[in-house]
Amino acid sequence: MNIIVCIKQVPDTTNIRIDPETNTLVRSGVQSIINPFDMYAIEEAVRLKEKFGGLVTIVTMGPPQAEEALREAISLGADEAVLISDRAFAGSDTWATSYTLSRAIQKIGKFDIIICGKQAIDGDTAQVGPGIAAFLDIPQITFVKKIEDIKDSLMRADRMTEEGYDIIESPLPCLITVVKEINEPRLPSLKGKMKAKKIEIKKLEAKDLDADPDSLGLKGSPTKVVKIFTPPPRKGGQILEGEAKEVSGKLVELLKGEICL
Amino acid sequence: MSIKVITEKCTGCKLCVKSCPFNAIEIINKKAVIDFDKCTLCGACIESCKFDAIVLTKLSPTDIQFPKKFDEYKDVWVFCEQKKGVVQSVAYELLGKARELADTLGVELCGVLLGENMKEEAQKIIHRGANKAYLVDSPALKYYQDEPYSKVLVQLIKEYKPEIVLCGATSIGRSLISRVAIGIHAGLTADCTGLDIDKKERLLLQTRPAFGGNIMATIICPNHRPQMSTVRHKVMKEAAENKHHKGKIIEKNYDSNIYFSRTRLLDIVEEIEDTVNLTEANVIVSGGRGIQSPENFKLIEDLAKTLGGAVGASRAAVDSGWKTYSHQVGQTGKTVCPKIYIACGISGQIQHLVGMQSSEIIVAINKDPYAPIFSVATYGIVGDVFEVVPELTRQFKEALKR
Repeated sequence: MNIIVCIKQVPDTTNIRIDPETNTLVRSGVQSIINPFDMYAIEEAVRLKEKFGGLVTIVTMGPPQAEEALREAISLGADEAVLISDRAFAGSDTWATSYTLSRAIQKIGKFDIIICGKQAIDGDTAQVGPGIAAFLDIPQITFVKKIEDIKDSLMRADRMTEEGYDIIESPLPCLITVVKEINEPRLPSLKGKMKAKKIEIKKLEAKDLDADPDSLGLKGSPTKVVKIFTPPPRKGGQILEGEAKEVSGKLVELLKGEICL
Repeated sequence: MSIKVITEKCTGCKLCVKSCPFNAIEIINKKAVIDFDKCTLCGACIESCKFDAIVLTKLSPTDIQFPKKFDEYKDVWVFCEQKKGVVQSVAYELLGKARELADTLGVELCGVLLGENMKEEAQKIIHRGANKAYLVDSPALKYYQDEPYSKVLVQLIKEYKPEIVLCGATSIGRSLISRVAIGIHAGLTADCTGLDIDKKERLLLQTRPAFGGNIMATIICPNHRPQMSTVRHKVMKEAAENKHHKGKIIEKNYDSNIYFSRTRLLDIVEEIEDTVNLTEANVIVSGGRGIQSPENFKLIEDLAKTLGGAVGASRAAVDSGWKTYSHQVGQTGKTVCPKIYIACGISGQIQHLVGMQSSEIIVAINKDPYAPIFSVATYGIVGDVFEVVPELTRQFKEALKR
């Protein structure tokens, strides 16, 4: 079974805290990490490989330093890694990103399953997974919280919804996006770390993709950012003082009118 | 957009280096230098600079070339999500906002509804202010499935050429519309919280939070039509119902192959653990590490029940196994914006805050007066959750007479 996992390198927000004086983000010394949802995607791919055999290829599109993320993925049990990097890709929105990744996946070759995290924590769009599926014209199952079974080239998986989940069956090849509940990612193994150090990362540039140059990067992106601003910080609130009974009384008074049953 | 450092103004103070979430700035020879491979043009450094030495050249809608004519594209569409044959409230919220947009543009507002036996629901869309409702009624569309839904919507868009298409940023909406946007080469902006019109250029100004809500971005789609957005639930106000409002229901039917789906929906499982789902709830009571055990979550559940609300949990509580993942609020869980959010024993790490800080009223109950949750709280109570929460339940019960 050939599995492709698409990952993204994002800034690590776990080190970010809010400055209580200014109410703004303190961002010093923020490191880059693999997008947390992609960690579940990598783990699921490695588990499928362990169960069914096959090859796990990690793909990322990003600046040259995204290579670190690929090496980390290798240390977690993946077999091969491909870096898609070119200045021509800069400024890609989700349409151009989906296009570029789908072109690269076609270059990489035959696959049975593509796994993506449900969304990246910096952009939060959740659009690239389904976008890749649409470009490759393969079925998708989004927000997967469990793969029930894979048999006779059919995958059965639980797709998380607002109320619970849907059980969906899809023929392979297909693309899934995964949520946190699907598994608990392992730590890198010693063997994995050794492999990560030595592995040769394949590199793909714009010219390697047989892509339409007008569909790449900023030029290929239908959406354009025209303004970026920091939202006004939430106003500091009111601290209610007193014993449990007293503060509860105050709060009930304040909120009573807001609660319509 | 582009960014540059004005070296004459730069003092090499390093404030921008610290502010950059992407580690894209270095001080070289006492001047800030931006690494364009890492820079995402987020603008954080611009605010940090006390010397106005970094400038972001923003595109204004008027700077952009408009090579194509879009005269044939008109009308504002709302994809009206239905579940079990009932149009979801998010659709009515979008119809409310879309009415304003359509009026500003001087075009019609149209709802799009896919399902089985949905004629009455289509009429409700008209009653909520739509001039037209496009209805595709087929047993194959009874339940949402990615392929038939996206193929039908692509077909409708190609046929009728709307200039704007809105859709709820729900799990269905986000799966569907991402596929549709690829198929028709349209621009798509995810999870918008603000929509407006640049009247001169007839452009949809789409504002959305990025980087966990700490940065807002306004996005346009100048050279492609339709302009498409998914919109966050609970942000826009529902369109009022007017049973006298008149409109036309346009029923469409297609060849059976458009309804073909490679995936099959085998079952729909509703987890009955909660009667109110988090994204729909007006009130959410959430528990965190301070709740200490799964048994103690009963206190949270009692208060939530009294207030007719849903139960949320912080990542710490979910990772400890006290609540299931479907309750998790925050970066790796759900983003919620209820009217009232009551955080009990939650310290308020940034990952939690990004998932709930757009709630209208935030109440924080925590024994640590320095917990970051208080910085976003409308009302803060420094105290023991085990004393305060049951007392709140008791007093609310009394006040609300239930």
